[in-house]
Amino acid sequence: MLPTPMRVARVRRETADTVSLLIDAAERPMAFRPGQFNMLYAFAVGDIPISMSGDPERTTEIVHTIKAVGAVTEALCDLRRGGWVGVRGPYGKSWPVDEVKGKDVILVAGGVGLAPLRSAIYHILAHRADYGRLAILVGARTPGDLLFHRELERWNRRDDVTVLVTVDRAGADWRGRVGVVPAVLAEISVDPARTVAFICGPEVMMRFTIREAARRGLTNDKLYLAMERNMKCAVGFCGHCQYGPAFVCKDGPIFRFDQLVSRFWLREI
Amino acid sequence: MDASLLHAHPFMRMLTREQAERLVPCAREVAFADNVLIFREGAPADTSYLICDGSVALEVHIPGRDAVQVESLHDGDVLGLSWLFPSAQWTLDARSVGRVRAFALRADCLLEQMNKDPVLEAAVLAHMVQALYQRLQRVRLQRLDVYSKGV
Repeated sequence: MLPTPMRVARVRRETADTVSLLIDAAERPMAFRPGQFNMLYAFAVGDIPISMSGDPERTTEIVHTIKAVGAVTEALCDLRRGGWVGVRGPYGKSWPVDEVKGKDVILVAGGVGLAPLRSAIYHILAHRADYGRLAILVGARTPGDLLFHRELERWNRRDDVTVLVTVDRAGADWRGRVGVVPAVLAEISVDPARTVAFICGPEVMMRFTIREAARRGLTNDKLYLAMERNMKCAVGFCGHCQYGPAFVCKDGPIFRFDQLVSRFWLREI
Repeated sequence: MDASLLHAHPFMRMLTREQAERLVPCAREVAFADNVLIFREGAPADTSYLICDGSVALEVHIPGRDAVQVESLHDGDVLGLSWLFPSAQWTLDARSVGRVRAFALRADCLLEQMNKDPVLEAAVLAHMVQALYQRLQRVRLQRLDVYSKGV
């Protein structure tokens, strides 16, 4: 349960309020599955769960993408090359990248929710022949808030990947989509029998996406969600992240939607 | 005009073949090059565009500031619903993003056909209400500004 102090090898600014910390794990390689998270400890401030956003094949440099929204995330975003961060993990269930082999995969990301999906994207692209069609649907607040835009452009140039990006609002010079990401799901062709969707973003965005997915014929057992709750211990002891009978840290954060649908629409939990 | 293309548009697919045929005289094929103002806020709303290919940006102009894009429409969408309402004026600017191919349905012709046939009227209005409701849902989500505080 003690965090391991690790060095920040590099800091990459992604947007005005979001950075990627590349943590040097050369002396302590960290194997992880796409969608798992670490508890990152900003010394003297606190710790917070952050999903790995890098390539799962690269175990000696662990990437976390962090948006500054509170005291801990601001402290983490202020770290510089050579700085220290406490790391505990990896924890949690991963995206079911092995179970869905042979399927068409739609990844729906909202805001910084693209970060936990990026490790799944790396995995699928590294094993491209194992999967059917791949669509990456991304929503952001404005064009300036788009994460990993160069990678999105690079993936979009591939013949075997569909990348559709939309923003909530934009100036007249923006030539991409303006609207919400569930609407983009309505645009693509879907074969419900052979398609699964991984969804990650604010919970309200996921609710709208689930409704659109249902309209497209995707049943609850084809949808996987990354849930967010107040995770503290990350091993199911403290109960902070209890979600009905499950603990998000231990039983999630990735859930198949049919396994939590009975409580997903409850407002009291 | 290629009527089969017109019939293939999602809006027309909502109608029976007979109903769709009655709207063919109202339609003409149009194409817009990149960055063309298709209609302008305040001008008479006399057309509904069925977008076949391409994207259209809906813009609001705010005095003293640059235009803001509030939504974009794409293949299969209906552009222009303001003719349904008494003021019959466009409430936004619509600008092509890249080349756009569409069918332009004359609103007066459409209304005439709808007045002649209450079943057609109901079918057209049902589709328009559905399109409006979907856009309302999207606007509600946009208004929540869900990405402003992280995930």
